[in-house]
Amino acid sequence: MSWFVSILDFISVQILNVPAYLIGLVAAVGLIAMKKRPGEVVAGGLKAAMGYLILGAGATVVTNSLAPFGNLILKDTGAHGVVPTNEVITAQAASEYGAQSAYIIVLGFIVMIVLARFTPLRYVFLTGHHMVFMSTLLAVVLSVGFGPGNGLWVVLIGSVLMGVIMVVMPAFAQPYMNRVVGSPDANLAIGHFNTLSYIVSGATGAAVGKRSRSAEDVKFPQGLSFLRDSMVSTTLLMLVLYLVFAIWGIFVIPRDELLQIFASSTSGASAGVGAFIMAAFAQALQFGIGVAIILYGVRIILGELVPAFQGIADRVVPGAKPALDVPIVFPFGPNSSLIGFLSSLVGGLVTLALLAVWLGPVFGLALILPGMVPHYFDGGGAGVFGNATGGRRGAIVGGFLNGILITILPAFLLTVLGSLGLANSTFADSDFAWFGTVNGLIARLGMPAAPLLMLVFAVLLVAAAWIYKVRVVDSGWLPARSRATWLESQKEEATHS
Amino acid sequence: MKVLCVCGMGFGTSIILKMNAEKALAKLDVPAEVTTSDVSTARGSAQGADLILTSAELADKLEGVAAPVEVITNFMDAAEIESALAKHLT
Repeated sequence: MSWFVSILDFISVQILNVPAYLIGLVAAVGLIAMKKRPGEVVAGGLKAAMGYLILGAGATVVTNSLAPFGNLILKDTGAHGVVPTNEVITAQAASEYGAQSAYIIVLGFIVMIVLARFTPLRYVFLTGHHMVFMSTLLAVVLSVGFGPGNGLWVVLIGSVLMGVIMVVMPAFAQPYMNRVVGSPDANLAIGHFNTLSYIVSGATGAAVGKRSRSAEDVKFPQGLSFLRDSMVSTTLLMLVLYLVFAIWGIFVIPRDELLQIFASSTSGASAGVGAFIMAAFAQALQFGIGVAIILYGVRIILGELVPAFQGIADRVVPGAKPALDVPIVFPFGPNSSLIGFLSSLVGGLVTLALLAVWLGPVFGLALILPGMVPHYFDGGGAGVFGNATGGRRGAIVGGFLNGILITILPAFLLTVLGSLGLANSTFADSDFAWFGTVNGLIARLGMPAAPLLMLVFAVLLVAAAWIYKVRVVDSGWLPARSRATWLESQKEEATHS
Repeated sequence: MKVLCVCGMGFGTSIILKMNAEKALAKLDVPAEVTTSDVSTARGSAQGADLILTSAELADKLEGVAAPVEVITNFMDAAEIESALAKHLT
C-alpha cells in the first residue's frame, strides 16, 4: 500500500498545499458546478492559478520598494512606519499562509451558506477580494497564536469565524443600508469589511445631523475625481510620502548612511543627494507598479471565483440578499463619498500625528501612514452612510471617524500579526482590524483554550446578529427617524411656498 | 456582442455588473462576451468593445472612447441593465 500513501502524499504536498493550484482547482470545480463547457472550465482554472502567481510576482516588486521605505522612516523617526494595503499584505503572506487561507475561503463560504440557509441571516457575501483578505488574515493570526503543527485547527476554526463574520456584519449594517438606499427593506446589503466604520458613521450621523441638509443638494467640484483612479492615487500618495521622508532624511540622517538606504534596491549606494532623491522617486513608482501587478492578479482570480460562488449560492439559498462591495453605495451619494474621503484622510493624518507624538512612544504602536485606496473606498462609504442619516454634517463627521478607525485599529492589529507585522504593510479596513485583533488576542491563550473560546465568540456573534435581525431589522426600524420627518416637512414647505 | 463592465478597481462591482449583464443578455438571447476592467486600464480594454457599462461617477473618465458608454445606477436592477443593453442591439 506504500504506493497509495505516496500518491496521497504527492497530492497533498505537491498540489493541495500549493495555493495557486488549489485556487485553480476551486475555480474549476465552481465552473463545473455551474455547468460550463469543458474549455471554459480549463481556461478558468488555469487563469485563476496564474492570477495567483501574478499576485506573488507583484508582491516581490512591492516588497522591494517598501523595504527601503520602512528603513528610511525608521531612521527618520525611530518608529516603525506602515502603509496599510490589503493587496500588499495578502500577497506578502501568500507564500507562507496561502494554502491555509485557500481552504478557509472555501470552507468559510460553505459555513456562510449554511448560516444563510438555516438562520434569519440570509446574506450572501460576494465581495471576493475581501473574502481573500479575511481568510488570509485569519490564517495568519490563528497560526501565530496556535503555534506550529496546528494547521488543521487553523483551517477549521478559521472557516467558522470566516463564515460567521460574512453574515453578521451585513445584518448589523442593514438598517443603515436601508437608509442609504432609501427603502425600508432594500434588496441590497453591504458586504465590505469596513462595516464597523459604516455603522459608526451612520449612528453618529443620526446623532449630529438632526437638522443637516443632504450633501447631494450642493454642487460639488469634480476636480478631485481623478483620485478615483487607484493607479494614479496610490502612486501619487506614495510619491508624496516617499519624498517627505526622503527630504526629512537629508536633514537628520548622517550622509554616508543616507546614501546607503537604496543600495539594496538599486545598483549600489546613491552617488549624492540628487541621486538619493531620484532613487526615492523611482521606488515610489515601483510601489505603484507592484500594486498594479497585484491588482491584475486579483482581478483574474476574482473574475473566475466570484461568479462560481454566486452560482452556487443562488442554487442553495435563493432570494438571499447579496452583500456587495462598497462602491455599490456611491451612486446613492456621489458628493458624500467625496466629502467622506477627504475628511477620512484628515482623520487619518490627525491620528497619525497622535501615533507619532503620544501613542507610539507610550504603547509602542507603529506609525500608520494613510493608504489612498482604503481612505478612498472606506472614507467614501462612511461619507455616504453618514449623509444618509445626518446630511452634510453626518458625512463630514462619519468620514473623519472612519479615518481615525482605519488608522488606530490597524496599529493594534499589527501587534498580533507575528513576524508578518514587520512587513511594512498591514490590513487596512476596520473589520479586519477589530476582528483580527480580538481573535489574535484570544489566540494567544494557545491550545486548547483558544479554539474553544473562538467558537464561543462565533456563537455569541451569530446569536447577537440573529436577535438584532429579528427584533430590529425585520421590525422595520430605521435610524434618524426625526430627521426623516423634518426632511419631509421641509419638502412640503417648499412645495407650498 | 462585446460588452465591457468598468468599476474603480475592476474586481468588485464590475463583476456583479458582468454577471447581471450576462443574465440579461441570455434573456435577450444575444450571444455575447462580457469582460470587466478597472477605470485605469478601461481605455485600453475598451478596444473592440461594442458597449461599455459603468456607474455615473466613472462615465466621464471614459469620454472619447470609441464604444458607447451606458450609465447604470443600480447594478442589481435587471430591468435597468436590460433596457441599457437593448438600446444597443443591432
